[in-house]
Parts: sequence; C-alpha cells; structure tokens
Amino acid sequence: MKNNSSEHLKFVVSILLCALLGYALGIYGNLPWWSFVVTNMFIALLIIQKPIKSFMSGALGIGLLWLGLAFVIDNQNHHILSVKVANILPLKGSFQALLAITSIVGFLLGGLASLTGSFMRKK
Amino acid sequence: MRLLPFIASAIVTVGLVAVLDTQLPIGATKSPRLGYFLSPQHGFWKNAEKVNTNFDASILANELKGNVDVYLDDRLVPHIYADHDEDAYFVQGYLHAKFRLWQMDFQTRVASGRLSEIAGADKLSIDRFFRRLGMVYGAENTEASINATNPEMKATVDAYTAGVNAYIKQLDPADMPFEFKLMNYAPEKWTPAKTYLFLMFMSYDLTGRSATTDLQLTNTRDYLGYDLFDKLYTNNQDSLDPIIPKGTVYQKPSIVPVKPAKADSAYLHQNNAVAYTNVQSPEAPDKNNGSNNWAVSGTKTKSGRPILCSDPHLGLNMPSLWYEVQITTPTHSTYGASFPGSPAVIIGFNDSLAWGVTNAGRDVLDFYEIKFKDSTENEYWYNGKWNTVTKRTEVIKVKDSADVVEQISMTHWGPAMYDAHYQNPQSKGRNLAIQWTAHNASTGVETFYRLNRAKNYDDYIKAISLWTCPGQNFVLATKSGDIAIKQQGSFVARWNHQGDFIMPGDDSTYAWQGIIPNEENPTIKNPARGFVSSANQKSTDATYPYYLGTASSFPLYRGISVNKHLIGMSNITAEDMQALQTNNDNVFAATARPALMKYLQVDKLSPDAKRMVTEMTNWDLNNGVHSKGITVFKIVWDSVTQAVWGDELAGSPIPLTKPDDFVVLDQMLKDSNWSIADDIRTKDKVENFKDQVTLGVENATKKLLELEKENKLEWSLFKATRVLHLTKIPALSRMNLPIGGGMNIINATTEMHGPSWRMVVHLTDEIEAYGLYPGGQSGNPGSSYYDTFVDSWAAGKYYRLLFLPKEKLKQHERTKWHIQFNKA
Repeated sequence: MKNNSSEHLKFVVSILLCALLGYALGIYGNLPWWSFVVTNMFIALLIIQKPIKSFMSGALGIGLLWLGLAFVIDNQNHHILSVKVANILPLKGSFQALLAITSIVGFLLGGLASLTGSFMRKK
Repeated sequence: MRLLPFIASAIVTVGLVAVLDTQLPIGATKSPRLGYFLSPQHGFWKNAEKVNTNFDASILANELKGNVDVYLDDRLVPHIYADHDEDAYFVQGYLHAKFRLWQMDFQTRVASGRLSEIAGADKLSIDRFFRRLGMVYGAENTEASINATNPEMKATVDAYTAGVNAYIKQLDPADMPFEFKLMNYAPEKWTPAKTYLFLMFMSYDLTGRSATTDLQLTNTRDYLGYDLFDKLYTNNQDSLDPIIPKGTVYQKPSIVPVKPAKADSAYLHQNNAVAYTNVQSPEAPDKNNGSNNWAVSGTKTKSGRPILCSDPHLGLNMPSLWYEVQITTPTHSTYGASFPGSPAVIIGFNDSLAWGVTNAGRDVLDFYEIKFKDSTENEYWYNGKWNTVTKRTEVIKVKDSADVVEQISMTHWGPAMYDAHYQNPQSKGRNLAIQWTAHNASTGVETFYRLNRAKNYDDYIKAISLWTCPGQNFVLATKSGDIAIKQQGSFVARWNHQGDFIMPGDDSTYAWQGIIPNEENPTIKNPARGFVSSANQKSTDATYPYYLGTASSFPLYRGISVNKHLIGMSNITAEDMQALQTNNDNVFAATARPALMKYLQVDKLSPDAKRMVTEMTNWDLNNGVHSKGITVFKIVWDSVTQAVWGDELAGSPIPLTKPDDFVVLDQMLKDSNWSIADDIRTKDKVENFKDQVTLGVENATKKLLELEKENKLEWSLFKATRVLHLTKIPALSRMNLPIGGGMNIINATTEMHGPSWRMVVHLTDEIEAYGLYPGGQSGNPGSSYYDTFVDSWAAGKYYRLLFLPKEKLKQHERTKWHIQFNKA
C-alpha cells in the first residue's frame, strides 16, 4: 500500500512539475515553444516511473496546462479570436475544436518527451 | 538505458517537434508552424485580448524631451498631450506600432517589393513590378532630399521612427501581432525610409493606375485605330459639372505646351503590332479610388458657420488605412485620421480650420519607348545619338529560394521599367521607360505638418503649395468663415493627348515642357453659390489652358449629384451633411433609365423580361440596401453597353479598356443611329440602339432570373460589400455588409471599395465634429476593438469626435484610460 501511494505521489508530482516548469519556461518569449520537451525529459529522468506513467504524467502536465491557459484566455476574450482561427484552420469556426486540438498537441508532445526521458533512465 | 525504446521514442518526439515547427503547404499557401501557433504562451492565444482590457500604462523612454499624457477614449482613440512637438510624434509612432504594427510592416513590404521575402516565389511578380516601377527609387529621392534640406521634417520623421522602434524594442516575441505568427515572420526595425515608402504607395494608389492604363489605352488605340478609338473614348463630357464652376475666367498660361510637328502621324495615329508575352502584373489601383469633399459657407448653414465634409474612397481593408488621433502640443491642437506609417494627421481639423482631400485624377505618369543599342542595354538612342544609361540594382530576397536581382537601366526619362528582362501582356515586347512625378523628391510630409498647424486661408495655401504627388483637391473651411478648394500637385503642362499613349522616347520634343506653376492650379475661394466641392470630376471646363488627361480618369456623376444637392440646400446642419455623405440617389440612372426606355421595344420582350423591366421602371432611383430595381438596372445597363461596343473589342487577344458609361449614354441621348451600335459581326444587318437595348434587356433577364433563384436580387446581397483583411482571409474580414450606394453614388460603396473615412466638421466656436471609418482602432483580430465601427459605418451612423483641451478631456465621461510617457 505504501508503495502504491508513493507511486501515486510520484505521478501527481510529475504532472505538477511538468506543468509548472513548462509554464515557467513559457514565460520567456524568446525561448522556443517546445522548451517543455527538455524539462519533461529531465523530470522523467529524475522521477522514476513506469514508461506508461511517465508518458501520462508528461501528457497530462502539458495537455492540461495548455488546455487551462487557452480556456481562460478564450473565455476572457469571449471567443473573438478562437472563432476566427477555427475558420482559418479549417475547424468550421468551432472554438471547442480549437481548444481540443491545442490540448492534444500539448498532450502528445508532453507525453512523448517524458516517455523519452523515462527510457533514458531505465536499465 | 533501454536503448531501442529510447531511440524510437526520441525519434518520434523530435520528429513531432520538427513537424509542428514547420510550415506545411496547404494549396498555394503555407500553414503556420502549428505547435508554435497553438502554444498558449507563444502563439495566437496570446493575441486573444481580454474584452475588458485595461489600457492604462506607464512608459519610460529616454528619447523624450519631456512628459506626454495620452488619454484613450471609449472608442480607443488616443488624445496625445505633449509639451514638445517631437515628443508628440514619438508617441504617435509608438501608438501606431502598439495597435497597427503588422499592417505597417506589410504595407511597406508591398510598396518596396519585399513580399517574396516572407511569402516566397509566389509573390515575385508583384515584387518585380514595384521594384521596376521605381517605388524604392522614389522613396530614396525623398529621403535624401529631406535629410539634406529639411531639418524640421527630418526631426519629425526621426521622432516618429524612434517611437515605433521604442515599441518594437520592448515587444516580447510572444506578444507580436497575430499575422506575424500566422505568416511566420517577425517585425523588423522601422526606418524613415519606410515612412517615405508608405507615402510612395499612396502615390501609386492614386496616380499609378496610368502605369497600367497607358499601356492598355495604347493597345486599344492600336487595335481599333485612332479614329474609332476617338469615338469610343472621347474626352468630351457633355454633362460635366466641374470643380471650378463653368464660366470661370482663367489667367493666361505661363507655359504654352507645343505639340511636336509630326505628333499626329508619329504618335496619335501610330500603330504597333508586336508579339504578346505572358507575365502577370499586380492588379492596377482601383478605378474608383477617388473621394468626395465639400464645404458649405455660413450663408447656407443654420448656425451661420461653415461645415466641411470629406470622405476618401479607397479599398476597404482591415486593419484600416486610417487611425484616429488627437495631437495637442503648445504649437497646435489637431484631430483626425492619420496613416499608421506616417506622422501627423492627414484628414482632419484643428482649433482654427478643417481640411479634406479628394484625388485630382490628373495624369502624372508617362511611358516612353526606348531603343537600346544592343542587348547589354547600356546605351539608348535619343536626339540623334547614343546615350549611356546608369544601372540600378535591386535585390529581391525570396523565402526558401535564391535572390532575384533586377538590373534596371536608368534613362533620363526614368527607369526603363519594361525591357528584354521584364514584360507583360500589355507591354508587347517593347522597351519602355517611365517618367512619373512620384519619382521626384517629395515634400508631402510637410504639407500635413503645416496643415495641422494652419490658422487661416493663407497658411493653408502655403502648406499645400508644398504638395507634389499624388495631386489632390484640398478643401478648406475656417472658423473665421472662409471656404475654399484648390487642386494642388506637380501637374505636367501637357498638349492635347500628350502622354495618353506610349510616346516616342528618342525625341526631346515629346518631353514634358514644364510643371504648371502653383498659382495657375484651379482654385476657388468663397464663391457666390456658398459652397465648394469635388468628387474626382474634371476640375475645370475646356477653357482652362492646360490638358487634364483622358476623360476616363474623371468620374462624372458623383460631382453632379453632390452639386445638385448642395445647390438646393439651405439652413444646413451637421446632420444634413451626414445624410448627404450617405446619400444613395442615382443621378446616372435618372438620365440613363429614360434613355433606355426610349429605345426599348417592350412588345418584343419575353414575359420574364417584361417583369424585370417593370421592376426597373418602378424603382425609386435610390441605391438602397433592399432595392431590387437598382440590381435590375445595373445588369440591364451593363448588358446593353456590352451589346453596343462588345463586338468592336471582341477580337483582341489581350484585355482592352472598356469605354466609359457616359460615352454610351451621351450618344443615346443625341443620336439613335450611332455607328458603334451596329454589330459588326452581322454583315447583312445594321443594328441601332433600339435593337441593342432590346437585346441587352433579354440578355440581362437570363442573369437576373439566376440571381432571383439564388435570392440575390436585393442590392446589398448582390453587391456583397466587404471589408477585407490585407491577407484577403475571409475569417479576418467583414463580409456581406448591409449597405447601399455604389458607383456614381455619393455613398460610393462598391464591392470592396468605398468611403474609407467619413468626416463632418462644423466650425463652431467649440468644434462639432463627427466621423468614423469601417474598421477599428486596434489592428488585432483578437481585440474587441478590431471592427468596432464597421456596423455603424454600414448603417450610415456617425460618432461625435472628442476634441478637447487636456483638463476637460481628462474628466470627460467617455475617457477611459491613461498612458503616461515619462522621460527616462
């Protein structure tokens, strides 16, 4: 049981760290948008989990970060820009679809980065 | 390390980053870098501005001489209060950049032939056109001259530039405007050269049409022969109501241009048949680039004070060409529409007077045919000997591709725009040098600088005397009661038809024989009729001693409509003037409809055609939003004129100039057997207007029935007016606006073109001004201020403009935010 709860803790801490460091690096506009790939890898390297859990923690960390940020921005903007972009992209003007795609991109790349990090560590 | 899974996972990760960091091709364009674009901390989400954004700010800048307060009102219009003039322009530059940076970058890229640099080889033909036209060359001449001779303007433009750059310098890449992210490039530093390039673009927009039409007219003349050409493109406008009223006596001209001895045979009746080539050049500026302006004197107004109105008609774009601003310093206080890209107010008013502009339409651009000695194009034949050119090198950078280098042979006329290296279907393989007043150093910036500070008529005359290109009709009204209008620019003293067509470039007798002195430019002050006006018609009747240019450059009917209304009005209020600016009366149709009906053989028509004719005859001659009669009239008229002259032009391999509507209408009114009405393709029959009008109505009916099926007979649905984003992306534009008006109408709103700024200024003690443009103060598509004014504009509504001293404005209920600029 103890083991299990420390696994839970690792998982949650990983998610939070991925999101937090990803966000912190994102503040610097001069750094590339994919900077979180590097931090996710390091987090997966330091916090040892099963590959699948590493993937999920990185994916949820960045995916939820992106979804949350975009969701807040979009609501404060009353969807003015998201509807326009969803017409350019072609998503038929659906801001929901645009939010989904935004979070999926963060989810996938965040997950893959953490997965790569976890494989780096494991024997 | 689990090597294989690691490698696999690393490759997928890096691969996904790479794909999401690459612009992928979508059709002819490219996607943004998707990962970057979607990243909420880097990409477009950053441009989604809070709807209740607080624009308060405090900014430190060491370029400032003192402190500047900016108050933003509820429409996001900045009211700039500065202790020093240069500080005011610094702040204007800063605010233009803050709200309109991408458009400033994009417009100057177009002007300087640098689109390929960001968009790739696709845009090369546009870039080459503008380079070879001499856009950069002209801007360089202006910059060099201002730097050498005009310290006051240099300081003004430098301060403006420093303001733009101060904004760019503090700009976090994540906050750069949306379109940079969409098109995947970054802002670069502003320079004074860019300001001059922007103004050069306005010269192109308002006088550069000749760069296309001179070739087209020459080819039309070649195709038809001069005698037939002269019938279809006559310069004689029977119904002209000129800017300067008929009967005005003009002083003796100081230049009497002499027509070259052999011009009839060697020029007018010249005929060139040369092979066509196949390169596209960009669209010519819109034929309807024009405007209305007028001023009524106190004798005609309810208050006893003058009222001035100005509405420039240009391409309707978002972000708008215009940006409203108030600039107040110890030397002056002014308000109006400014150009993001240039300091000062362009159309507006100050605490003494108001001014506005319309395009003069005069021909200031000519082509000369050049004979080069050999393929090096180093020497050309002129006045009986070989003359050496200088070579101008223009390097066009192309995204993802090698640079393209243009070597342009510079003749004494100007750049040899068309030569063996650059042709289009209209240049027909000829070497053509271009002479254009816009190439000469310009003092245009100073005109607006002085108008912003003008106190009276004399100041206005002095300010506009510096104006060279594009020629404009400057209208004036002062608080002290003067009204005036003057057509001002560097106008060529031409003999009849000089420069309508390509001229021989080897003979000095075809050269321009002088620029008309400013004092001889058409002017009128405080006329007895109590108003002055212009709507791009010819400025004078035929007694003016200089040739104005081809009649097709001068729309006829808007001027007639404006004058007819103004003559009939008295006790005028600002609201009356707003109603006139948005007036939809169709004076052209008022004459053309009876002319059509005179010839129409109703009994020969099909039942559907009869129904359409009834719709047209029941129409109230007003281009209203819901009117169906105007749609029927327009399609009938176009179809009749096509039947009249379409056969004459049909055989040409390249597009020819369409004859003007007034030509056909004037003939309908006086000669039922005009020879052009005959269809030259029917050898055994001679058609007249009766046949062609009846045929035209039947042809039109087919099209009208289709429109009826699609439910597009209502004028605004048919016309589908739109305000297009500069990228032409519909999602960033406002489409299908419910607005009436149209060609020949005072409310000159066509499909993508129309009143780009409407202003009404009542010159009472405390100025009462109204205005708006179809756009919004913010150029950010993610801002709630992006398209703020569009619906009111379409509905013909106006905003009261706040023009107040600092202490009053600060406390005004409509004042919302404060941006403080302090010297660092």
